[in-house]
Amino acid sequence: MNCCNEKPIIELPAGEKLCKKHFTEYFENKVFRTITRFDLLGKEENLGVAISGGKDSLTLLTILNKLSKQNPKIKLTAILIDEGINNYRDKSLITAEEFCKKNNIKLNIYSFEKEFGMPLDNMLKVLDVKPCTICGIFRRYLLNKKSKELGFTKLATGHNLDDECQSIMMNQFKNNIQASARLGPMGGINNNNYNNKNDSMINKNNNKINETKNNLKNGNNKKINKNENKKIKLNEWFVQRIKPLYLCTEKEVTTYAFINKILDEFNECPNIVKSYRAQIRDMLNDLEAKFSGTKHAIVNSFLQILPDLKQRFKEEEINYCSKCNEPASKDKCNACKYVEKLEKAKIKVQSPFW
Amino acid sequence: MQINMFYDKENREKTIELGADSSVKDLLEKIKVNLVTVIVSRDNNILTEDEKLNDKDKIRLISVISGG
Repeated sequence: MNCCNEKPIIELPAGEKLCKKHFTEYFENKVFRTITRFDLLGKEENLGVAISGGKDSLTLLTILNKLSKQNPKIKLTAILIDEGINNYRDKSLITAEEFCKKNNIKLNIYSFEKEFGMPLDNMLKVLDVKPCTICGIFRRYLLNKKSKELGFTKLATGHNLDDECQSIMMNQFKNNIQASARLGPMGGINNNNYNNKNDSMINKNNNKINETKNNLKNGNNKKINKNENKKIKLNEWFVQRIKPLYLCTEKEVTTYAFINKILDEFNECPNIVKSYRAQIRDMLNDLEAKFSGTKHAIVNSFLQILPDLKQRFKEEEINYCSKCNEPASKDKCNACKYVEKLEKAKIKVQSPFW
Repeated sequence: MQINMFYDKENREKTIELGADSSVKDLLEKIKVNLVTVIVSRDNNILTEDEKLNDKDKIRLISVISGG
């Protein structure tokens, strides 16, 4: 069924065919409805938008920029993490810079090389680790840390329905349900607004955290036993993440990017080709081709059980890293552990590229 | 008919032979590309899978897969 007399450009899973104009309206309204339905934004936000220069994040930034112009109390700043992947990130970085300059959006760029001492390409030469593992750890670490430094009330990412679907299935296949509790249009388990000053529980814990930080700063180690990890509520140290493109398929995002001329040349991370996620992605796409609506069904059914998952894992506490003070499951965070491994590897390897 | 096709993922042009009255769907089946994973365009216009193709059409396949 066509929307009107204009030529259709896309067919939705339910069978409706939309023209360029009606698709644009449909897509933008879908994002705005997602924001409203899941209460992703307040009336005022200092909103960070994580971008990579790819179609998803630039589509997200385009729509949030429109929203911000309608509502100036939602301030936008873009943040980009340069992992240092040759012939991939260097290209998309240029796209991101040009886009932000054209749209007058401030862009903050942080690199693995500057923050951890070397780009990802070099890290993979000296560490026996899966690329996506270390890339993910360091990228998430930097996004959270820098978002706090920049004072973001929330951090928006360009994760779409396909991404979520893949994560749900990966966690299911790996028997990692706890990880799925952190999924959803609003990331994390407790979904607390980091700057919610009205939450007395957060205020109470913030007081404890400030006291501990002061003790560490003053070198008052007598009060803090390094081997005794202070327990804090999960999400106290995390900037709330939101996914406004949560219900949009990858194809819808690409179509929107194409129409709005924000689609750059094909640029796939060279490390993803062999990854587990890529295999799950291909499996889901094959299923979707045969049984239209499969991905929507997976995500919609997941949303029904997500509140129960979040409730089940709600009280889990985390520590903070004894080295960098960032959230950690044990005494040291994963980022610091890998930095230590890199330092040791640097000493062992005699190479001109340090 | 002959179609001049550029697939961004492969980064090269190819000439594809199709029967008369072929559609986008026929093209994708011939080259074994899943419609879910691409946008098909001709002269900068997106085509749906039932759109008919013409001899000597220049078709561009744009991969929808995320970068990383």
